[in-house]
Amino acid sequence: MIELKDVSKTFTLHNQGSAVIDVVSGVSFHVAAGECVALTGASGAGKSTLMRMIYGNYLTQAGAICIGDVDIVQAEPREVIALRRAVLGYVSQFLRVVPRVATLDVVADPLRALGVPAEVAAAKAQDLLARLNIPQRLWPLSPTTFSGGEQQRVNIARGFAHAYPALLLDEPTASLDATNREVVLSLIEEAKTRGAAIIGIFHDDAARARVCDREIDVSVFAPGPSINGEAVGHQRGTAA
Amino acid sequence: MTPLLSVQGVTKRYGAQIGCADVSFDLYPGEVMGIVGESGSGKSTLLNCMAGHLAPDAGQVVFDTRADGPKDTVTMSEPERRMLGRTDWAFVHQHARDGLRMGVSAGGNVGERLMAVGARHYGDIRGKATDWLERVEIDAARVDDRPTTFSGGMQQRLQIARNLVTGPRRVFMDEPTGGLDVSVQARLLDLLRGLVRDMGLSAIIVTHDLAVVRLLADRLMVMKSGHVVEAGLTDQVLDDPQHAYSQLLVSSVLQV
Repeated sequence: MIELKDVSKTFTLHNQGSAVIDVVSGVSFHVAAGECVALTGASGAGKSTLMRMIYGNYLTQAGAICIGDVDIVQAEPREVIALRRAVLGYVSQFLRVVPRVATLDVVADPLRALGVPAEVAAAKAQDLLARLNIPQRLWPLSPTTFSGGEQQRVNIARGFAHAYPALLLDEPTASLDATNREVVLSLIEEAKTRGAAIIGIFHDDAARARVCDREIDVSVFAPGPSINGEAVGHQRGTAA
Repeated sequence: MTPLLSVQGVTKRYGAQIGCADVSFDLYPGEVMGIVGESGSGKSTLLNCMAGHLAPDAGQVVFDTRADGPKDTVTMSEPERRMLGRTDWAFVHQHARDGLRMGVSAGGNVGERLMAVGARHYGDIRGKATDWLERVEIDAARVDDRPTTFSGGMQQRLQIARNLVTGPRRVFMDEPTGGLDVSVQARLLDLLRGLVRDMGLSAIIVTHDLAVVRLLADRLMVMKSGHVVEAGLTDQVLDDPQHAYSQLLVSSVLQV
């Protein structure tokens, strides 16, 4: 379902002395439907970068990233938008919403964008919000004023509203209490059962061990860092 | 799929000064594109060239008309262009006063566009105008009041109602939230997003507010000194800008 072929990424910081930072190179792996794969590696190894490259909000310099039959590296913006609407879901660490929009609508929004009737989308959203223990009195309110954990749960509800065939999860259990962590893990297990291909970043070892079938250590893809093309002494991200 | 709007090599000079140079892109039905850049980067010039308010020195602006399919709007006759301007096109000005008739009632402002496309039944026109005032969250009781008695945010919403009442397929917005206080801005953004999705509009939004484009636009074009320096998915351009100027623009935003 998700396949990376010889993918590399560099950042060129034009306004900071044109520093060139190689983040990852030669990344190749495959995630099948119904499989959950964890990205591991020390902070700064490039886990989130790799995930954003797969989602397409980071540009990939070389290689191919295929989600189903779309190569996100080559795809036109409108193809990526269509892919994100129907196929590729992403639960980021931060909730980003239009101010003033009710929580219920925020969660139902991905379904509405797919043309699901308002009542059906709202019912699904209510179901998820209830499962994630967001009190009903908060549903008509905008999540912008919610606590960190509540926002994270709203974000997860939104990410799981549509049954995406491919799903990217960036620390979905961070800042959650035990009860809600359990709910999120069961949502992930259900997604696997229905055949979703999942790539996740989990700092919570127990959670990772429970839902993930494999681990991919991102630090093995780290090239030696360089500034203006010259290698700098130390190798980064070797701690696995 | 045929693009709704296909822009090829649009160039506009003001004497030796470049307004915009060799701009090309396609806009598909239902797509929202943002254009960002500093003041004087050519955003508004480009928008006015595409809207038919300015004649470009070179290039084509091909619009997929309902009647005859794709046609170059630069070379089409003035009556044809005006007809599109009244029906399938909408232009939301930065200053609501530029897009409204200040001496005519709110209902009249909305109704005028309906009458321009042939509506004659007073009751129908008034009913539709009232309906649109409510859609943009203006109290229907204000239908007979002049826009001069409205606040800036209300005038802007009235301008949007006036533009969208004929169900246009292509909407241009020049700094639609500029000059409004942030709470009104949020309300307007929410409204625009809902309208764009429910009506399947294709829109181009010129702004220098990156937060506005992140929320509204699917795609983003960054302009500097009349040239397009970067274009792509909105979140890609904002999260991983490639060009030196886009990097500067993104890194200059103040965090709240």
